[in-house]
Amino acid sequence: MTSTHVEPGGAAVSLAGVGQRFGAVTALHEVTLDIARGEMFGLIGHNGAGKSTLFKLMLGLITPSSGTLHVLGQPTGAPAFRQARRRIGYLPENFVTYDNLSGREVLHLFADLKRVPRTACPALLEQVGLAGAADRPVHGYSKGMRQRLGLAQALLGEPDLIFLDEPTNGLDPQGIADFYAILRAVRARGATIVITSHILAEIQDRVDRLVIMHGGRIAAQGTLAQLRSGMALRLGVVATIAEPDQAAALVAFAAVAALPGDGSGAPTLEREGTRFDVRCAAADKLAVLAALLPHARDIALHEPTLEQVFLGYGGAYAGSH
Amino acid sequence: MPAPIEWRQVWIIAAKEWRDRLRNRWVLAVAAVFAVFALAIAYFGAVQQGQVGFHGVDATIASLASLVIYLVPLIALLLGYDAIVGERERGALELLLSMPISRLEVLCGKYLGLAAALTTATALGFGVGLLPLSSELTVGEGERYALFVASAVLMGMAFLSVAVLVSVIARDRVRASGAALALWFFFVLVFDLLLMGALVLSQGGLSSGAFAALLMLNPADVFRLLNVFSSDQAQGMYGLATVMPPAWTQPAVLLAVMLGWIVVPFYFAHRRFR
Repeated sequence: MTSTHVEPGGAAVSLAGVGQRFGAVTALHEVTLDIARGEMFGLIGHNGAGKSTLFKLMLGLITPSSGTLHVLGQPTGAPAFRQARRRIGYLPENFVTYDNLSGREVLHLFADLKRVPRTACPALLEQVGLAGAADRPVHGYSKGMRQRLGLAQALLGEPDLIFLDEPTNGLDPQGIADFYAILRAVRARGATIVITSHILAEIQDRVDRLVIMHGGRIAAQGTLAQLRSGMALRLGVVATIAEPDQAAALVAFAAVAALPGDGSGAPTLEREGTRFDVRCAAADKLAVLAALLPHARDIALHEPTLEQVFLGYGGAYAGSH
Repeated sequence: MPAPIEWRQVWIIAAKEWRDRLRNRWVLAVAAVFAVFALAIAYFGAVQQGQVGFHGVDATIASLASLVIYLVPLIALLLGYDAIVGERERGALELLLSMPISRLEVLCGKYLGLAAALTTATALGFGVGLLPLSSELTVGEGERYALFVASAVLMGMAFLSVAVLVSVIARDRVRASGAALALWFFFVLVFDLLLMGALVLSQGGLSSGAFAALLMLNPADVFRLLNVFSSDQAQGMYGLATVMPPAWTQPAVLLAVMLGWIVVPFYFAHRRFR
């Protein structure tokens, strides 16, 4: 029997030069990517960037036109991948299921297919907040309830690897908070999570690493900090400085601005009343803070958001291709 | 090498499909239609001859066969056209295929579940329909009637297999339903007309062997032949009995052809669904 065990620290998903063609259309160009075990990995990109194709490949729903793809140690096209699938959870973007069944019956169906004891279902329904509606037909569920049921289905059998495609679609703010609380618990037991979302603010502080897809290629990959530094995006320092202290603050800022930088440009300042809005390179961050802090009543640091990073990489990538 | 089929997965899908048809009362509705027709034909089948009442199982089978040839293919095609394309269009197929289940197991499960629903409805309908007359039936007549119902089930399964093939090939449900209706129209209404046209145009050039072979290309005709040649009285009612070569009239041969009509479309559906 072929083992599907992945060595601790080994890649949960490994793609080497994976390409995917649909007739004359190339949806994916030689993607090479490793997702480590236990990692929470983000996959972002415009519509048509290749995220869905990548998801389908990783789920073994389609066979790559070129390259090799291993998920939980198994090539996705191999017969032994069936065993690996028992340890994979998947929540599609719109969880569509059998509306004539009740939530509990839907969960039983998928539990049977994954050979998970049905006794695991009540706890999952409780966890996603559907215990009270478990015996109602799914056609009466709201979109948020369907997503919760979809999450329960994805968590069946405590999978080692979970694919989440726009998972918070249709969830209200409390639902989103509950959802990420569940994900934290799932991560705590060492599961790998691959998540895609258009709501970048939602995932930017939650993923360990991410890739930015563009035109079927990986435009960038790394931690958010790596992606920020790779784009050389300027961060913001916003300080509130009272009138009497402003002259001294300006002198201190001018001294910092005059320092020889790393070539990414000197800090800039915009003033409006008591508000000092400084834009600077990450390397100048501490110097700017040190200059303004003694004079400021309040100060805030704004790192570039994932959305800014994404738009920056998207623009840079489009320009280079 | 493909993984061996896991029948446990097949039964899970089949049981779901079967339960769905029970729950949405599809089985009950179809069974009721068959029961009403069976009863009406058994009682009023000879009304044109000025007679009312039960006039033997062979006459009833002959009358019912003409009706079944229209109804069962239509019901089977409408039951099966949605099996795969419907799930794909709704978006449920992707999730199902992400489970530890192969495409062949999904296809087998769908087919067997739908076939079970069709079998239940047909057996129940025709069984209940003839129940009031059960005291008038001899054992031999009961057996012949049971064989008639079984042949109707087999014909339904053949058309169900064709419907599943349509469901795999079709790009959307609308096209699938159109194709299913077109196939019903072709096999049930047009095919025999074309065959007769070919006979006339060939001016006797078409041998009885070739004619019989052409009849095998239509599961509805195979069903008709199965019922004609399993009863002496029914043989006398059909002119066909005199022109068919004996080799093509053996119930075993006809049964094999009907099984072929179940297996071959399903095989192509499986090839296409990979």
